[in-house]
Amino acid sequence: MIKEIKSTFLLVVLVLAVSTTAFAEDTKAYPAPATVESVETLQTNLNIVWTCLAAFLVFFMQAGFAMVEAGFTRAKNAINILMKNLMDFSVGSLAFFLVGFGLMFGATKGGFIGSSLFGLSEADPASNSWDFTFLIFQTVFAATAATIVSGAMAERTKFTSYLVYSVFITLFIYPIFGKWAWGSLLLGDDGQGWLEAKGFCDFAGSTVVHSIGGWLALAGAIALGPRIGKYGPDKKPKAIPGHNIPLAALGVFILWFGWFGFNPGSTTTGDGSIGRIAVTTNLAAAAGAIAAMFTSWVLFKKPDASMSLNGALAGLVGITAPCATVSPIGAIIVGLVAGVLVVLSVIFIDRILRVDDPVGAVSVHGVCGLWGTLSCGLFNLDGGLFYGGGFHQLGVQLLGASSAFIWAFGLGLVLFFGIKAISGLRTEPEEELRGLDIGEHGMEAYSGFQIFSNQ
Amino acid sequence: MKLIIAYIQPEKLNDVKQALYKKEVFKLSVTNALGCGQQGGYHESYRGVDIEVNLLKKVRLEIAVNEDFVQPTIDAIVEGAKSNKIGDGKIFVISLERCIRIRTEEEGKEAIG
Repeated sequence: MIKEIKSTFLLVVLVLAVSTTAFAEDTKAYPAPATVESVETLQTNLNIVWTCLAAFLVFFMQAGFAMVEAGFTRAKNAINILMKNLMDFSVGSLAFFLVGFGLMFGATKGGFIGSSLFGLSEADPASNSWDFTFLIFQTVFAATAATIVSGAMAERTKFTSYLVYSVFITLFIYPIFGKWAWGSLLLGDDGQGWLEAKGFCDFAGSTVVHSIGGWLALAGAIALGPRIGKYGPDKKPKAIPGHNIPLAALGVFILWFGWFGFNPGSTTTGDGSIGRIAVTTNLAAAAGAIAAMFTSWVLFKKPDASMSLNGALAGLVGITAPCATVSPIGAIIVGLVAGVLVVLSVIFIDRILRVDDPVGAVSVHGVCGLWGTLSCGLFNLDGGLFYGGGFHQLGVQLLGASSAFIWAFGLGLVLFFGIKAISGLRTEPEEELRGLDIGEHGMEAYSGFQIFSNQ
Repeated sequence: MKLIIAYIQPEKLNDVKQALYKKEVFKLSVTNALGCGQQGGYHESYRGVDIEVNLLKKVRLEIAVNEDFVQPTIDAIVEGAKSNKIGDGKIFVISLERCIRIRTEEEGKEAIG
């Protein structure tokens, strides 16, 4: 016992002696070069950890999309929706890795298209290069854009046709626009796109991800035509209610959760901006849900759950572009407007354009993505119209948003009408009535349950 | 007064309803059922293994009608549900003893409407 105390005492004295001498050294040359380097390495590793964590959160958004889409469509088509979601992520991951990533972030040709980094060939597969982290982060973003379309094309699309589409979006359509707006994010000036050179602001992808997906969804829904029974002979739309609103709500909460990786993660840096962007993101989502709820309450006499859920998503999509550059109050306003906008847009697309969009994908992602992009020009603390920045930023935002529309909607029409002409886009009417689960996949999602497949 | 019970394919429900509405038959009730006759079954699979499906999904219609509506109703159901394939379904006509409307307590022909 005495021995232990003695040796501990000696140890303590020794430690104190060493540490005081170390202290003395530091005050002579501060900071030591080795310290700076290790701090830099620590920050780099912190960035990697944060970016990877954010990427995994955005991956989880795929579950969110799957649940939202399954919940807002009919039970007889549940397997088909889930398969489409599973496949557009899987196909997209491969297509983006092999080709899309290079087109988007490779060395630029004229600011329009990338020409290196295909299959990440420039990175040593045994190394722990930042390229891998960046790739996984960007892959989940590309997959998010791809999965938006499955909602608008639900319940009547041939599965094979959808597989073909999902190759093209992540292989080509998404990366090219991504190059224009985000090309320099990996290689710096070597990869710069023409749109970002003009000062286009889209921090986490209101346009790059959501609008591109939304306008492609519009093209697909137009090429497909409405579901059987959606429009009566008097051209008025009929409701086709979703079969599982709890699932849809779960999906929305998962998406909201995942968005904390989507927006703050786009800093790819571990510092205080994460918290600030998380705040703007959350405020906009909440404002969107509230605004959509009140709008549907006023228009439909009751607060509509599916509209409120869509409102939360609309707020999230809207804040995605300006999340890093607006104040919290600005974020609230963006969210409020998005919430109102999504309800009005759903009504407009349903009743006036007469395009059948089962889950409101075009309204949430296309229209609110457009709003989010424009709101950078209005609310940016540095350059926004309402903060004394004049019209310049707004003009650039408009340019970016319209090029996104022309690119995605135009190419989408070509793609979908092309698939329609070559192998057919839509399922047979009898199959659509019986349910795509049996027709396309030979199994039922709810085996053993009595489902009213037609009413 | 007759009660007409019809078993049809689920995907034919909309066509049958349209045909019934054309013949001015608006009151009916619809339930899900499992059943089979000559159809025998079709292939379903779960994780690669065949499932023997011999009770198939059907939709059962029940329509209570006055005598003069019996034949038009049968004609409408046949017109809507027929596809010349085994599994189109069957129609049963049974005698209905009494029919009472709960709200007004009317009986008989008026209650059927």
